[in-house]
Amino acid sequence: MSEMKKIKNLKEFSTSADRFEGANLLCPGCAHSIIVREVLNATNDDLVLSASTGCLEVCTAVYPYTSWDASWIHIGFENGSTAVAGAEAMYNALKNKGRLKQPDRNPKFVSFAGDGASYDIGFQWISGCMERGHNIMHVVLDNEVYANTGGQRSSSTPIGSSATTSPAGRVSYGEKKNKKDMVAIMASHGIPYSAQVAPNKWKDMVKKIQHGMAVDGPVFINAVSPCTTEWKFDPKDTMMLTDLSTDSLVFPLYEIIDGHELNITYRPKNVVPVEEYLAAQGRFKHLFKDEYKYLIKEWQERVDANWAYLNRREEARV
Amino acid sequence: MANTGWDEFEIGAMLRTFEGSIDDIAGTLQEDRKYTENSSFSASVADWRIEKPIFAKDYCIDCQFCWIYCPDISIISRDKKMIGIDMDHCKGCGICVEVCPTNPKSLLMFPEQADEETEIAQWPAKETKEK
Repeated sequence: MSEMKKIKNLKEFSTSADRFEGANLLCPGCAHSIIVREVLNATNDDLVLSASTGCLEVCTAVYPYTSWDASWIHIGFENGSTAVAGAEAMYNALKNKGRLKQPDRNPKFVSFAGDGASYDIGFQWISGCMERGHNIMHVVLDNEVYANTGGQRSSSTPIGSSATTSPAGRVSYGEKKNKKDMVAIMASHGIPYSAQVAPNKWKDMVKKIQHGMAVDGPVFINAVSPCTTEWKFDPKDTMMLTDLSTDSLVFPLYEIIDGHELNITYRPKNVVPVEEYLAAQGRFKHLFKDEYKYLIKEWQERVDANWAYLNRREEARV
Repeated sequence: MANTGWDEFEIGAMLRTFEGSIDDIAGTLQEDRKYTENSSFSASVADWRIEKPIFAKDYCIDCQFCWIYCPDISIISRDKKMIGIDMDHCKGCGICVEVCPTNPKSLLMFPEQADEETEIAQWPAKETKEK
């Protein structure tokens, strides 16, 4: 077992040698690469990575270029998680047979996927990985839309959001179904660790990633990734949007250990009204018309109810 | 390979990111790695920019917020000090300027054609807080 990388503060963290390269084709101001960098820099161990089809995959592996300085595989839209799980199974098999050239190295297996590849298309594959108990980590870059193909709704798209397959207009206010609670679904597989993270709280994120890499068994991480193109805000405001999403409790940061022990890891000092979070994004612009204002009220009630639920679960330890 | 078109490639081609081998990649800084032309590190997205950040070292407190929040690995930090911007990989998103906590900011966005020395010479003065 290799030692965990010690990261006390940001200055110490900044001495990390990045294993993700620039000149990838992600949009300026994309939060995907911020999350990927924070995950990769959280460890000094070797990495075996995969990316399911999505923005991250098409932008970082454009022939003849690659932006990854680690073993990296891409197969299909749905099976990034199983590809990495297969690599992990093979690694263990070779290790047991004593056929590894460097058996003392302790690689970490991480799969990245967007919300489309995790919430919808890759759902049963991830569920399978979690159930079989592979020692992998699945990181969802949750931008709440199929951003790569032009902004179709996914089952992560929240109510009222205008996506290209659920557009807001004269007869509709956009997406009508609420986002599904993926962290809770994955936690109910009884996996050792599942958590929700945000790139602006880097210390919380690194702590969770390191915890996830240290435990034996499947780990599920849901990371909020504001999408400058589809959420429709200025590229420079990515971190402001992430701050708003965590401080308005739309994306509460918490972890669930062994499927039942819930800990809230970040409590904002000043809780921002959800209205501010919605107002900062073009995809919710139509909600501020008089006839749709009731939706903002409902949003706030839903977020408050979810926060109360998380607090109750933390207290009750169930 | 550099002469092939966008739709041609060798069947079974193997693209290597580095010349030779690197044993400890997590302990090797970018300047010590020998990138091949297949790493996107060798490519440039500088032509994406319409605005560029300019770094005024005098005001920097080395908090490294720009380093952690840079999506394009364009903030170069060595030995816990911010030493400059990688202009080949910067896409000009402006996140570094937004997260810079100093007063005045030690990073500001300027038009792509702006001259670095002139702009640093006329850097804005410290803003006084309105009470």
